[in-house]
Amino acid sequence: MSSADLTSERDLPQRDTAGKGDLAPERDGPRDTGMDDASLQRWLTQTWRTPSGIVGALSSVDHKIVARRYLITAFVFLCLGGLNAVAMRIQLSGPRRGLIGPDLYNQLFTMHGVTMMFLFAVPIVQATGIYLVPLMVGTRNIAFPRLNAFSYWIYVSGGIFAWVSFALSMAPDVGWFAYVPLSGPEFAPGKRADVWAQMITYTEVSSLAVAVATIVTVLKQRAPGMSLDKIPLYVWAMLVTSFVVVFAMPAVMITSTFLILDRLVGTHIFNPAEGGDALLFQHLFWFFGHPEVYIIFLPATGMVSAIIPAFARRPIFGHLGLVLSLIAVGFLSFGLWVHHMFATGLPKLGASFFTASSMMIAIPNGLQIFCWLATLWDGRPVIRTPLLFVFGFFFIFVIGGLTGVMLASVPLDLQVHDTYFVVAHFHYVLIGGSVFPLLGAAYFWFPKITGRMMSEALGRLHFWLAFIGFNAAFFPMHIVGLWGMPRRVYTYPAELGWGNINLFITAGAALFFLSFVLFTFNLVHGAMRGVPAGDNPWDAGTLEWATSSPPPSYNFARIPVVSHVEPLWAEREAMPVATGLRVDARELLISTVAEARPDIREKSATPSIWPLLAAVAVGATFLYSIFTPWAIVWGAVPIAVTLIGWFWPKGDPEDEE
Amino acid sequence: MASAMACVLFLQGCAGWQSALDPKGPAASELAWLIWFFTGLCAAVWVLVMIALAAPLVLRSRQRTEPLVLDAGADDRKFRVVVAALGVTALILIGLTLLSFFANRTLAAIGSDAALTIRVTGHQWWWEVRYENAQPNRILTTANEIHIPAGEPVRLIVTSTDVIHSFWIPSLAGKLDLIPGHMNVLDIEANKPGIYRGQCAEFCGAQHANMGTFIVAEPRPKFDAWLNEQLQPAAAPTSGEAKAGGDLFVKRPCVMCHRIGGTRAGGTVAPDLTHIASRQTLAAGTLTMSRGNLAAWIADPQGIKPGAHMPVVSLNGDELNAIVAYLEGLR
Repeated sequence: MSSADLTSERDLPQRDTAGKGDLAPERDGPRDTGMDDASLQRWLTQTWRTPSGIVGALSSVDHKIVARRYLITAFVFLCLGGLNAVAMRIQLSGPRRGLIGPDLYNQLFTMHGVTMMFLFAVPIVQATGIYLVPLMVGTRNIAFPRLNAFSYWIYVSGGIFAWVSFALSMAPDVGWFAYVPLSGPEFAPGKRADVWAQMITYTEVSSLAVAVATIVTVLKQRAPGMSLDKIPLYVWAMLVTSFVVVFAMPAVMITSTFLILDRLVGTHIFNPAEGGDALLFQHLFWFFGHPEVYIIFLPATGMVSAIIPAFARRPIFGHLGLVLSLIAVGFLSFGLWVHHMFATGLPKLGASFFTASSMMIAIPNGLQIFCWLATLWDGRPVIRTPLLFVFGFFFIFVIGGLTGVMLASVPLDLQVHDTYFVVAHFHYVLIGGSVFPLLGAAYFWFPKITGRMMSEALGRLHFWLAFIGFNAAFFPMHIVGLWGMPRRVYTYPAELGWGNINLFITAGAALFFLSFVLFTFNLVHGAMRGVPAGDNPWDAGTLEWATSSPPPSYNFARIPVVSHVEPLWAEREAMPVATGLRVDARELLISTVAEARPDIREKSATPSIWPLLAAVAVGATFLYSIFTPWAIVWGAVPIAVTLIGWFWPKGDPEDEE
Repeated sequence: MASAMACVLFLQGCAGWQSALDPKGPAASELAWLIWFFTGLCAAVWVLVMIALAAPLVLRSRQRTEPLVLDAGADDRKFRVVVAALGVTALILIGLTLLSFFANRTLAAIGSDAALTIRVTGHQWWWEVRYENAQPNRILTTANEIHIPAGEPVRLIVTSTDVIHSFWIPSLAGKLDLIPGHMNVLDIEANKPGIYRGQCAEFCGAQHANMGTFIVAEPRPKFDAWLNEQLQPAAAPTSGEAKAGGDLFVKRPCVMCHRIGGTRAGGTVAPDLTHIASRQTLAAGTLTMSRGNLAAWIADPQGIKPGAHMPVVSLNGDELNAIVAYLEGLR
């Protein structure tokens, strides 16, 4: 069916539904067909509202409320991880500084890595997706909203678990990668490595839950007419990312589970003395760990693909090429984990294969860069803060990508692996490739989320502070790495001459940290005092700008019908809409996977306290399990109880309210 | 800006002692050349991308406010440019991949005829060094400092008994991991006599930062003389104080961990001390060898390397002096 057919149809196709029952449920209520705007909004507000009071707040399943919590929590963890980094940089600002001893320092860099990777980077990109994907595909809520709420509670309790253990000096000190045997039972006595293992397994549950909800939302809840070729690139990026999460996260969960089995139950999976293998850990870990980079980076490319067209004032160049490169990067990301292990002495031929595959991933990434540049070439872009951060992304990420090409070379990697060169490289990739786009996205979508604008002047100041601070902090690390400074050292001798350059790096890091203080001020100030934004302050083209800012609980009063990648640019006057959904129940329009033809109406879950209770039960089980394997047995009882409550009764979800 | 910064930083530093950019052997030279080549090429690519980014901002003047909705076929010229850029990217990557293969082959060829084999075993946080020999009485075990003949390839067989470490002397060769249950082979060669510093490169616990090592490359005759000297049992103490120190050493817990050839001390979990005073440093490159540092290290190892496995042994001032006097004589 072409989209033209759909736009002419202002109502759901009334198909013969014999035997399906979905389009004509037994209890049928009032529908939005032909209803006037005021009463429609009244009905929908009543139907989709989050109950008031504390219990109401804790039982919310609105994707926007859950996403806002996610975003704020992830930002708090970013600040905590940043404080770790500042502490480390102060210790490293000169040779043989005695401020922080090895015990604390090793906890600091482990917590920095764990926090930034598992508690900031992945959650924040997923949280942005939770907020934006339903809006951008034109639906009223994310798929599996209770699972989505559950994922947040899991995530925040996992984060608190890690940070409380740090406060108690029980934080993992074996690096965020926690290689065995260092993290094994023999060389890591105490509970620190157990905290690492269980916290990883636990928080990745939340990541998987969000990925599944995102995949289903994108594939089944798109607005009528949003066929595969009309999905916005950001949504494509989140779809590919979610698939990567689904395939990568289980690998790290297996790794951490094997580790806790070795430590707690006495298995010998990683013990070479008993026939196990320490290298198995690295293979499993990096089979997750390399795709992890792209889990963080792909959503950021989606953000760049959203920001550039809005300010270049034209649709993105090479939409299809960009979609294909997203998919290619997703696939290839699983084929290069061994480039983290070149120094382990693997057979040369095998290692060379991974050189070739690692080099290859630069091709789809290069294509993305070229398409963005080609988009910018068309006319003079309007330079506002979000676009400035995209320029920063180009400047920094391209350096990170090119040093990545260097690291892909086996012989070259043998000199720079595990040195500050690598530290520089992956901060260029992760901060340049992900944090800069995220900051741009924060300025770009802030008006949609809060209804207010952030200060443009402060935004520009923020950009320059962050840009200069970042480069001053991380560029010299390439050099000191080549001069022989290994990473994960809490001190270094003066004779090696690394003192001055490290002092310079620390000053840059301080400046970079300062930029985040300014950003926090701009966020708070913008949310409280910012200029009202209006629905579409940037005159952007995708669906999230079609609704008011901030969006109402039901997102769209009437479900839009899409005939273009930038529907708001194609339809400058009024959006065509599809109607036929009930207004007294939380109904979603479910569409077909490829062409997004309206298929069935489906009820979306109502608010429930059970996801929170289930998360508490799961969390308590994991916490207890760092002390005894029996926790899994006893914990099964409360988990079962809460899951029964969650899914009880099996009838109409309306009955549960 | 970045390149300007790089120049300034390069001028002030390059101490070279432990630098991949200051190669002193054939493997490191090959790698340094590779590093410079990659860096140059990548810098050129980066500059081109930046020009492509800056050009539309500088050259064009029209600013569009109404978004452009494209008709099909308008982007043909850009499409060709993008495809061409992609083709060039692919060619560069293929070139760099081939270059890596050839560099690998060059590196592999370096040690094929090594006459000397040294077994390096990583421990938390020191290096055990064993010179292999067909005659059992010519096998030498020492610690932390590796002597090699200059101008000759030397084969290192590296492994670990506890956690994963990584052996890395940047000015001679790339690094290689020491993994329990695995034997890895690394060939190194120093072009000229000299002392080259290295350090453990894989995080290995509390004192990873203080797990240094030195390669001392000497002309062949000097190396042979050194080896013969080291094969001798420890020198008998000469002064009365040193004698008392030797007695103390075997009476105190020191003997549980350390070996001193020719005495009753036979521990193997800590560095062999038979010729400790002949080494440049103490505690795996942490302190330079001197009477004061020896005393400081024995009196308070946990203050110098917190978390190290050497415990504090309670000794009074006289006992400490005696043991230091004894160890000082072990040349």
